[in-house]
Amino acid sequence: MADQIADSVAASGSPDAASGSGPGSTSGPALPGGPAAGVRAVGRRRNRGRERGRAPWWVALLWLGPALLLIAGVVIYPAIELVRASVSHYSITGLRLGSAGGRNYSKVLEHPALNTVLKNTAVWVVAVVALTILISLALAQFLSKDFFGRKVVRWAIIVPWAASLVITARLFTLIYDYNYGILNHLLLSLHLISKPVDFLGDDRWTMISMVAVGVFVSIPFTAYVFLAGLNAIPTDVYEAARIDGARPWQVYWQVTLPLLRPAMLVASVLNIIYVFNSFPIVYTLNDRNPGYTHDTSITFMYKLAFKSADKDVGMSAAAGIFNVALILVVVLVYLRLVKWQESENR
Amino acid sequence: MSVVSPAGPRIRTSTEAVLVRRPKGWRRARTFVLPLIGLAVALVFLSPFLVMLIDALRTSSDVTTTPASYLPRQWHFSTFSEVLSDTRFLNWLKTSLIVAAASTLIVLVVSVPAAYFTARFRFPGRTAFLLLVLITQMFSPTSLVVGIYREFFDANLVNTYLAIILTNAAFNLAFAIWILHGFFSSIPQEIEEAANLDGCGRFGTLARIMLPLTLPGLVTAVVFTFIAAWNEYVVALTLMQDDNKKPLTVGISSYVTGYQQHWDQLFAASLIAIVPVVILFATIEKHLVGGLTAGSVK
Repeated sequence: MADQIADSVAASGSPDAASGSGPGSTSGPALPGGPAAGVRAVGRRRNRGRERGRAPWWVALLWLGPALLLIAGVVIYPAIELVRASVSHYSITGLRLGSAGGRNYSKVLEHPALNTVLKNTAVWVVAVVALTILISLALAQFLSKDFFGRKVVRWAIIVPWAASLVITARLFTLIYDYNYGILNHLLLSLHLISKPVDFLGDDRWTMISMVAVGVFVSIPFTAYVFLAGLNAIPTDVYEAARIDGARPWQVYWQVTLPLLRPAMLVASVLNIIYVFNSFPIVYTLNDRNPGYTHDTSITFMYKLAFKSADKDVGMSAAAGIFNVALILVVVLVYLRLVKWQESENR
Repeated sequence: MSVVSPAGPRIRTSTEAVLVRRPKGWRRARTFVLPLIGLAVALVFLSPFLVMLIDALRTSSDVTTTPASYLPRQWHFSTFSEVLSDTRFLNWLKTSLIVAAASTLIVLVVSVPAAYFTARFRFPGRTAFLLLVLITQMFSPTSLVVGIYREFFDANLVNTYLAIILTNAAFNLAFAIWILHGFFSSIPQEIEEAANLDGCGRFGTLARIMLPLTLPGLVTAVVFTFIAAWNEYVVALTLMQDDNKKPLTVGISSYVTGYQQHWDQLFAASLIAIVPVVILFATIEKHLVGGLTAGSVK
């Protein structure tokens, strides 16, 4: 199991995203593997494995030590605390009263809001990640063209990423507001709507409004990953395709997209994780609404501990464990699906 | 690289190669059309922040007055200078700069050896390490904040920069290792062997040969970590109770609370907070796109 995961990560996930993982990875063209190296990442990795040197564990410890210390201290230790809390019984004021066994977990599973929360989480993650990737692909394609003022446009796109999410979320509660929101004002004066829309109070609109903000703040990072991926594609591939008589659309579909796969993997896996764990947007935009009608797993977890009638730290910890497990499963399934497609294509 | 196609024009860039089949009129029109689309794209991404700017120039009560107005009913230009002369704001700004810079530095120092080593060597526990890195990425600080608080409380580090710096560094380590691992793996072994033959030791090779070749990856890790640390909220909110040492994200939230609402100051401060990030980005953006390894091994 462990092997499979790390392998998926090492082979397809990312890293070996040799020809263009992160923004700016321009290393692809220099590879002996040639332009299609990224697509053949799995095969190549196996070859490289043979070249790779071996090292005893204590040498490894020297090189990895600082990273391990940091991860152990700041992530693993609190994570163990979280597990411990999830099997403990807490008073409403957060005092540990004793062991609870698996009761917190079953309380989460039996929680009346669980179905709503899971459905919201699914809609939220799928909608935000899918829209972000589609729009970012188009945007990156556009930004890779040479035109007057391109630099300024690139800087402008950074702004939503550079701005604090908490403040952006608060800004959008004002923009969306029913009474004094500028969006309603704009739509009314353009006669697109006849009466104001309650973007954050109307159940039909709340999720849509949240998704819009989620996509808006996720695009900059994603577009940059794609932009780097596009830069890593050597020009002679396009020339070859053109000489073969491919139409522009065919070139995009059959040359650009397959070569963007490593960037696509990085962008989608990271987006899935971030969007799952995205707290400020859902929490802030949904602040007015009682109960859990529009909550996702992470805000549900937070409210269980601090905001709801339950006020149960143990139950919240159990929900937190479920949340990590859910992300892990989704990422693994995604990596599996992608790998499967890859072998189909070959 | 340049090939003279039967159609005539020399092909230099990928975009031209794709566009070469389009009609002639388009080539002339794109000089005007592309910048216009660019302007529209920039406006879409900036529009909420234009609203923010205009709200910063209103009086605070005007922000929440019905009906809404596009422009301030009363222009209030002094907000920015008010915020910039607020010593509390300057303290928060200082904290944010210290925390973001230090976190970024730690991430680089720690992730480079780890990424390099896992990319170049097989050793017992390599798989487990990569797995661990992937999983740390999945924990959100929100779910761990209680445990983190307890830990730093026991270590007597609550209310210190160090606590926030370490937390930010740890949560951004995974991404840096991920990205750098990919870059190191993609650099051909031959380059290193050549350096070794020329008398470069393991560290010398890493510092003089590998790092310059990985510059785009390093820049990516820097931008990413800096922005994440600059905007971190939940952990700082919990670990920093001393008002003077709060970072910007936490500090400026106190402009609008249940007791007092200075929307204008909140937004002016937020806009000022965006500036350092955009400056950082603009300075190192060219390295994100630079083609460094191209042609290093023929």
